[in-house]
Amino acid sequence: MITAIFALLFYFAAAFLIAGLGLRVWQYAKTPAPLKIPTTPAPVTRTGVVLRMAREVTLFESLFKANKWIWLFGWVFHFALVLVLLRHLRYFTDPVWGWVVWMQPLGLYGGFAMVAGLLGLWLRRVVVARIRYISAPSDHLMLALIVAIGASGLLMRYVARTDIVALKAFFLGLFAFDWQPLPADPVLLVHLGLVAVLMIVFPISKLLHAPGVFFSPGRNQVDNPREKRYQAHWAAKPAAGRAKAGR
Amino acid sequence: MVELAIRNSNASQDLPDPLEIPDLAPGAMAASKPFPASPDHQAAIGFPGELVDDWKERAIDKLGELVAGSRGLRVYLDSCVKCGACTDKCHYFLGSGDPNNMPVARQDLLRKVYRRYFTFAGKYFPWLVGAQELSEEVLDEWYSYFHQCSQCRRCSVYCPYGIDTAEVSMAAREIMDTVGKGQKYCNEIIGKVHKIGNNLGLQEKALKATLEDLEDDLEEETGLEIKLPVDVRGADILLVTPSADFFAEPHIDGLLGYAKVFHQMGESWTLSSHASEAANFGMFIGSEENMRKMAMRVRKAAEDLGVRRIIFGECGHAWRAAYSFMNTLVGPFDFLDQNYPIPQHICEYTHDLIEKGALTFDKSRNDHIRLTFHDSCNVARASRMGDRPGGQFEYPRAILRAVCNHFYDMPADTIREATVCCGGGGGLLTDELMDLRKKGAQPRMRALQHVAAEHGVTHMAAICAICKTQFAKVMPEYGFEMDAIVSIHQLVGNAIILDGQIMDDDAAPDDAPGAGGDEG
Ligand code: SF4
Ligand code: SF4
Repeated sequence: MITAIFALLFYFAAAFLIAGLGLRVWQYAKTPAPLKIPTTPAPVTRTGVVLRMAREVTLFESLFKANKWIWLFGWVFHFALVLVLLRHLRYFTDPVWGWVVWMQPLGLYGGFAMVAGLLGLWLRRVVVARIRYISAPSDHLMLALIVAIGASGLLMRYVARTDIVALKAFFLGLFAFDWQPLPADPVLLVHLGLVAVLMIVFPISKLLHAPGVFFSPGRNQVDNPREKRYQAHWAAKPAAGRAKAGR
Repeated sequence: MVELAIRNSNASQDLPDPLEIPDLAPGAMAASKPFPASPDHQAAIGFPGELVDDWKERAIDKLGELVAGSRGLRVYLDSCVKCGACTDKCHYFLGSGDPNNMPVARQDLLRKVYRRYFTFAGKYFPWLVGAQELSEEVLDEWYSYFHQCSQCRRCSVYCPYGIDTAEVSMAAREIMDTVGKGQKYCNEIIGKVHKIGNNLGLQEKALKATLEDLEDDLEEETGLEIKLPVDVRGADILLVTPSADFFAEPHIDGLLGYAKVFHQMGESWTLSSHASEAANFGMFIGSEENMRKMAMRVRKAAEDLGVRRIIFGECGHAWRAAYSFMNTLVGPFDFLDQNYPIPQHICEYTHDLIEKGALTFDKSRNDHIRLTFHDSCNVARASRMGDRPGGQFEYPRAILRAVCNHFYDMPADTIREATVCCGGGGGLLTDELMDLRKKGAQPRMRALQHVAAEHGVTHMAAICAICKTQFAKVMPEYGFEMDAIVSIHQLVGNAIILDGQIMDDDAAPDDAPGAGGDEG
């Protein structure tokens, strides 16, 4: 019963995540950018823009300029999240790739760093009056959700260990549409349930910043309006109302 | 003079940090509102005269249309994570403490409505994500706080996703215009440009008379027949400059500076009475249609006069509109000489001459001035000069260093891409917003006080008509003389050595005091 619920939940969450994100990316891509509006100084070549974007998404360059604390917590959280996700590859691959085996301890450090970074961000959201002012309940809930995912994950590693062989069989079974029993440990179920919630929330929340950053004209446009006449989508501007912008 | 007093105290350390973050003062600026546009002003630029009956419906429809038509707006409204990085970056927040002047909070005024009507979470769980229905109160908030954004883009530099509050403000203003809630200052001026050709409403005859007077002044000063030609067919260069350059101090001295450089180079150039305005306020109200119409005047003047090049005079947003948008809106300019940038900035023109060694200067003529430079927002963060990124910072400074012995930059976190707005940009240069303008100028004025204390700086140069007018008005509030704001080309004009000029060595260069008009 639990196996079936979680299997269906994950099928749904994965489908919703992929379809939702796909739809959003498609929508961003097809929405015209009528004018050149890069924040200057901006690169004057495509290559330059690729580098700017690369610095932005790997080093958080603009955030670094803005505020060292937010940068520190934010960067640590995101970088640690990458490590954690890579570590989790071992539950989805068989045989497990060599480098994934090698980086398992890194992934664990990542788990702690991720939660620490999130708590730092949360603390600022509560303590700094400016950030408290701009926070909606959803901003706190989002942090709570990810902290809970991280904490339940760490709990399973250090306190309430679960049967990871069976867990892996469950996920590999999901891929093969051949369901295998999921261990009914409460911490695991909480962990997985929250992950599914996160997947579902992703395409309908501020987590859209992930695809959004790549589509931001302030960052992805080449600064060359004089050298090359910019006409992208100029003629194709849709004149529809609510319906077209709706979700 | 207060600068001197500060200098004597010899303690710029004791001066407040220009970027000091204030305590939150909710509602502090809620009452700040520009005068509404009259029905005539509205009608003249294609908008309903007063608030339409079904304004709510139409505003929401317009929002949907804008979001569907602008990738930037859509991505910006979706992507903000409320990280707070931008919260202390707006000069209006720094000067007023009103939390709605934090860029993210300003965006949220529109975002909360976007979420309510266009997002899943906002439709079904509005309380969770801070979504809100459009109401009269919200519309009032929009009118107040989207007219407390000078569209300076400082916040966009620091946002990890490049979210540009200027774009959000433009969209909000366009929505308000569409439902009949326009702002007088911008809309009246746009109407004047459509009808007469410039922000001041200066008719062709008056323009020509003014220029003749200025030619007399030039002759008196230099003994040379330096021309300010208008509507000369077949001239090489069309100069498009903000109309304040014809009319108000310190702008005029900049215009005389351009004329001296052109004269020295033996350039064949002309102004146009049809396109007697570089400013394009269509940008401020987010109206592509009005922006295009105004840009079209420049194109038409260039075609009618048969010029080969277009050069823009010193103006900030005008340079953005010309540099970034003109080619898109009314290009291609294949009838112009492709060997020159189209359009070219007057600073690019002068800078290249200096590089080539084509101009000679007597820098000592500016020795009574200890100078700093205010990077204008739209030049700094929305355009470029020269071939390389950041040329917009180097060119003006290179010119100033070539014509002036004493140049000192203000604190690094207030210049170049981090420059703080003059406080009067984006269509806010109107008297009823004076309180806001003074508050918004605070970071820049404090930065100026720092260099005044440290280096005895007496003057600040700018390359924007709005900046110049704004500073002439607010500088006295902060202990500076109103004529402490100067044009770059005023200093060029002071120092340039003209062939055949009869030099009266005793004559002090011109930096006569004067009042700015309010029509940047
Ligand atoms: S664009 Fe400038 S004025 Fe507007 S919110 Fe950003 S920093 Fe403030
Ligand atoms: S910096 Fe950008 S993402 Fe962060 S709160 Fe401001 S607008 Fe939102």
